Amino acid sequence: MARPEEAPKQDVRGFLVMAEHTPDAHEVGRRDFLSVATIGVTAVGAGFAAWPFIAQWNPAADVLALATIEVDLSPVAEGQQITVKWRGKPVFIRHRTADEIAAARDVDMDDLKDPQPDSERVLRPEWLIMVGVCTHLGCVPLGNQGEYKGWFCPCHGSHYDTSGRIRKGPAPENLGIPDYVFTDDTTVVIG
Amino acid sequence: MADFMNIGVVRWFDRRLPILSWTNHNLIDYPAPRNLNYMWNFGSLAGLALVIQIVTGIVLAMHYTPHVDTAFDSVERIMRDVEYGWLMRYAHANGASFFFIVVYLHVFRGLYYGSYKAPREVLWWIGLVILLAMMATAFMGYVLPWGQMSYWAATVITNLLSALPVVGEALVGWVWGGFSVDNPTLVRFYALHFLLPFVIAGLVGLHLWALHHTKSGNPLGIDTTGPQDFIRFHPYYTIKDAFGAGMFLIVFAVFLFYAPNYLGHPDNYIPADPLKTPAHIVPEWYFLPFYAILRAIPSKLGGAVAMVLSIGILFLLPWLDTSRVRSAAFRPVFRWFFWILVIDIIVLGVVGANQPEGAWILVGQVATAWYFLHFLILLPLIGWFERPRPLPASIAKAVLDGNEPASARRGAR
Ligand code: HEM
Ligand code: FES
Repeated sequence: MARPEEAPKQDVRGFLVMAEHTPDAHEVGRRDFLSVATIGVTAVGAGFAAWPFIAQWNPAADVLALATIEVDLSPVAEGQQITVKWRGKPVFIRHRTADEIAAARDVDMDDLKDPQPDSERVLRPEWLIMVGVCTHLGCVPLGNQGEYKGWFCPCHGSHYDTSGRIRKGPAPENLGIPDYVFTDDTTVVIG
Repeated sequence: MADFMNIGVVRWFDRRLPILSWTNHNLIDYPAPRNLNYMWNFGSLAGLALVIQIVTGIVLAMHYTPHVDTAFDSVERIMRDVEYGWLMRYAHANGASFFFIVVYLHVFRGLYYGSYKAPREVLWWIGLVILLAMMATAFMGYVLPWGQMSYWAATVITNLLSALPVVGEALVGWVWGGFSVDNPTLVRFYALHFLLPFVIAGLVGLHLWALHHTKSGNPLGIDTTGPQDFIRFHPYYTIKDAFGAGMFLIVFAVFLFYAPNYLGHPDNYIPADPLKTPAHIVPEWYFLPFYAILRAIPSKLGGAVAMVLSIGILFLLPWLDTSRVRSAAFRPVFRWFFWILVIDIIVLGVVGANQPEGAWILVGQVATAWYFLHFLILLPLIGWFERPRPLPASIAKAVLDGNEPASARRGAR
């Protein structure tokens, strides 16, 4: 047998009236404080708890550890270029000809989008060592190509000169120079 | 349904969990405008496409291994050795394309018939969020087979973040989990690619909740005035949606069985090589117009911003379109500009597929300019200056008098 049900009471907005009492002004102030304090402390706690979930995406210790390589330059003849892999990216090592060096040095700084003299981009003029990653969106530019006879990026058409400086196209910066040292005349350590 | 609900045990169950009356309310006796045309089929088709992606995706996940050393080979193994693996993978890869086809048609339906206008703004926004989530899902899925296109798409798109001032570089390294796109990137994309479709399913729930609250719009774009304007969802629209699903599956099957690689790119059958970019990289067809916008602006940050805004401005559409008349059927000027916009977006797609050289650069810039001009300048002006044709008094009246405009009627019944 179904019990006869009494219709629940509703307030003017149509919400159910439940077993509450109307707080007085003094209580309201105290409750507001408690609400704000509770929400505030919870937010701070949530922030701290969120950090590990964000930080776990950073490069891990083993990834960071793989940071240097040693390259033997003796087989690279003048005018040749080799590509080595460093930190998962291509690094171009180019044995530049005298003409290429001259072309790289004979440039008016005002013509450059990212002005930098060739001398600041090399330790030894004949060895140009750069990260082979287009500064636009990361494709690998092709050597001995483009309007400046340096590198050309096929993805969206960036032209780099024989110093790897951006001359034309959407890339904003020159090709990057990694940290490196020559340990002897034919050995370089990158990273 | 009423008879069924009178059965004792059915009533007993429904009083405890009203799932049957809920279904009845939303899918059976649900009142729908009587004049919906075939453009209203694409919502249910998008739902079907999502189900196909989830079912085939779960199957692929049972055979795929997310590691740079094995991902490519595991996909090839799915194609060659796993029974019906080729079917699952082709259905999943082509399913993504078909998902975008039906969703784009669904969005253009909204643009034509003014579905974004009051009271359906929130419904429209949720739809746009679903579109963004789909794009993220498809992008990360495309990375998984770890072919050349996978790798370079991942590189170029994640590098877009580096355009942001100050935090850009750090953000990219964080997304990669290293110094370049590599194993950590592949594995996290796999986890997210698995998760996002279920987020999309949740968003679809909200989308339908908003829809059933405001009720469907209709090709005449006028409000419903009473019971004479409605018909029951079942059997009228269940059968119409089922017919649409049959048509969809036929076209899908043609691609699946006769041209399964037509929409893909052959370079993705070459394993990823971080030292060599393919000569001509292009995204999947469904991203081409956005890619064209990215390349149209000759600045790194500018291009990235324009691409984001191309979808961003659609959120403001309810206010950019100043006309109170919803349906293009009654808007002679707007209708012209709608079709010009459609052509403009197709042109952008063609530009996106071509190398940025010669005339293509200019065409891409003009088409990009037109896209933004359409939404930011023309749309508000048309609303002010256009004189709409008179609206019918009610759906029932227009339908029964036989004087619906052709553009509102096409394929209605
Ligand atoms: C919104 C729905 C989805 C979209 C748009 C989508 C899209 C894609 C795309 C474009 C690919 C690359 C296809 C190729 O060229 O091989 C892919 C691959 C993959 N997806 Fe999905 N997907 C979706 C849902 C799912 C779900 C729910 C799962 C699993 C739970 C999944 C698992 C996979 C796996 C394992 C691969 C790699 C195998 C392969 O490349 O064929 N996907 N997805
Ligand atoms: S990635 Fe080199 S030009 Fe865009």
